[in-house]
Amino acid sequence: MKNIWTLAFKELRIYFTSPIVYVVAMVFLAVSDYLFVVPIYRYASMFSQITRFRGGGELPEINLHEAVFRPAYLSMGVVLLLMIPCLTMRLLAEEKKGKTLELLLTSPIRLSEIVLGKFLGACLVYAFLLLLTLHQPLVLMGVTTVAWKLLLTSYLGLLLMGGLLIAWGLFASALTENQIIAAVTSFGLLIGFWLIGAMAQSTGETATDSVLHYLSVTEHLDNFIKGLIDTRDITYFVSMILLGLFLTHRVLESHRWKSL
Amino acid sequence: MIEVRNLRKQFGDIVAIDDICFTVEPGEVCAFLGPNGAGKTTTMRILTGFIAATSGTVRVAGFDVFESPMEVKRRVGYLPETPPLYPEMTVLEYLAFVAAIKGVPRREIKAAIDVAVEKVTLGEVSGRLIANLSKGYRQRVGLAHAIIHNPPVLILDEPTVGLDPKQIIEIRELIKGLAGEHTIILSTHILPEATAVCQKVVIVNHGKVVAVDTPEGLSAQVRQSETLSVRVRRIESVASEKIQAIGGTLVLQEASPKEGEGRFLVEVGRGIDLREALAKTIVEEGWGLLEMKPMALSLEEVFLQLTTEEKGGAVHELPSPELSLSGSVS
Repeated sequence: MKNIWTLAFKELRIYFTSPIVYVVAMVFLAVSDYLFVVPIYRYASMFSQITRFRGGGELPEINLHEAVFRPAYLSMGVVLLLMIPCLTMRLLAEEKKGKTLELLLTSPIRLSEIVLGKFLGACLVYAFLLLLTLHQPLVLMGVTTVAWKLLLTSYLGLLLMGGLLIAWGLFASALTENQIIAAVTSFGLLIGFWLIGAMAQSTGETATDSVLHYLSVTEHLDNFIKGLIDTRDITYFVSMILLGLFLTHRVLESHRWKSL
Repeated sequence: MIEVRNLRKQFGDIVAIDDICFTVEPGEVCAFLGPNGAGKTTTMRILTGFIAATSGTVRVAGFDVFESPMEVKRRVGYLPETPPLYPEMTVLEYLAFVAAIKGVPRREIKAAIDVAVEKVTLGEVSGRLIANLSKGYRQRVGLAHAIIHNPPVLILDEPTVGLDPKQIIEIRELIKGLAGEHTIILSTHILPEATAVCQKVVIVNHGKVVAVDTPEGLSAQVRQSETLSVRVRRIESVASEKIQAIGGTLVLQEASPKEGEGRFLVEVGRGIDLREALAKTIVEEGWGLLEMKPMALSLEEVFLQLTTEEKGGAVHELPSPELSLSGSVS
């Protein structure tokens, strides 16, 4: 366990001493803030139209979470599909290129500790990014009431989805020593997770349809955003994370049997 | 301390090393010598547990690399050919990280770093980013990282490659300084390095051990004859019959750009001292003796002989003048 934290902190140090995190955070915040502002305007115009139509009197009940946060977080999920590979591409590809994997593999630490340390390091950076987006509900809190419990489940969902994306990004990074190849491979994998959902909608009500639905990231994320904590969704995310990490472990193990 | 038995490694159809056997005693400095592609790095990677062997056994400090890799890794400091450095870290941050993953207890990390920095004299750059260090300093950081957990065994893969002559001497001095406390294997294809720092030389070629001996023992083993190098004023008049008459063989004769002056080599059977007779002949013939010295076969020539003989049974040619000049100190 101590080794996992040592490795995770090393990753954090490299993320924060190089420009990676700052650039990713800036782009991520700019895009997700824009995607947050758009539904607010829609909400505001809808609100004013209704009051004008009703001609004053009692204010209508419109669910703020449903109208603003849900679309904002769903599109944030898509932004993450593009941002996470930028965080994960260096994790193992860089270690291979810089020959530092040789240091890790000849140190008295387990392969699983290396994989988990890398995963944890990237997850902490990702949690930091999510923390930065908290200013969105904080801004709205000044003018209206915000459903905090729903936000809590939304963030739990976003965290779990990020974990899944990081695990598979890590796997892509284990496959190559070229960071660009790692990034492009993870783009493919992660967008695949997202496209599966779209594919499910276009097919009929069959067994394949329900399988595709189950595999789709967005379906599970949406449940969390709606405030639903379902063990099926948790199982989905945790098992997909474990599968990604397991495959990463296998790829690293295979290096012992061939030349690097 | 290190025991390698029948080690074999295949990459697909290519046999990288085949039936490697050798042992290194505690406290010994052993050179692993061979041309590029002889299997030095592969052997070292197996020794450190980085890759697995196809067959054979390796025991380091009493532990089998395949059965208890963790125990072996705790006891081995390994400097790969490219030092595994993180350019984004400062020297101190890097060493602290390495100490932690090598299993140095948290309270002792600071002391371990101080000792390592002191040993390889990194003091003045310890706060700098590794990205900004020169190659020589990076190599030192690499050495510091290998000794940080004070391992009984050090494995150094070409520790002086790519350094300038001054840095090479410094790194060699560092290795000599470490020799007392650690058992060291270092690989190299530079021969004077082996003679300079090692008590034992293992020569490998095409994945096989060709010879194991002390540097002196190796040169004695292959020396069939001794050679005298003679410099004279008038080289044209040198006659091989005259030399044959006193029991030597004229094997090489070369004129220098300066008018007439030149050098020739005389081969003598082992144990015969021809110097006096030769000097007398030269003076009598009036060739103008300028210089005469015996030439010991340098390790470089031994190495060439062993690695070429292995190939096609080629007979050892006489060393070329450049080679022999660099190795003729005695």
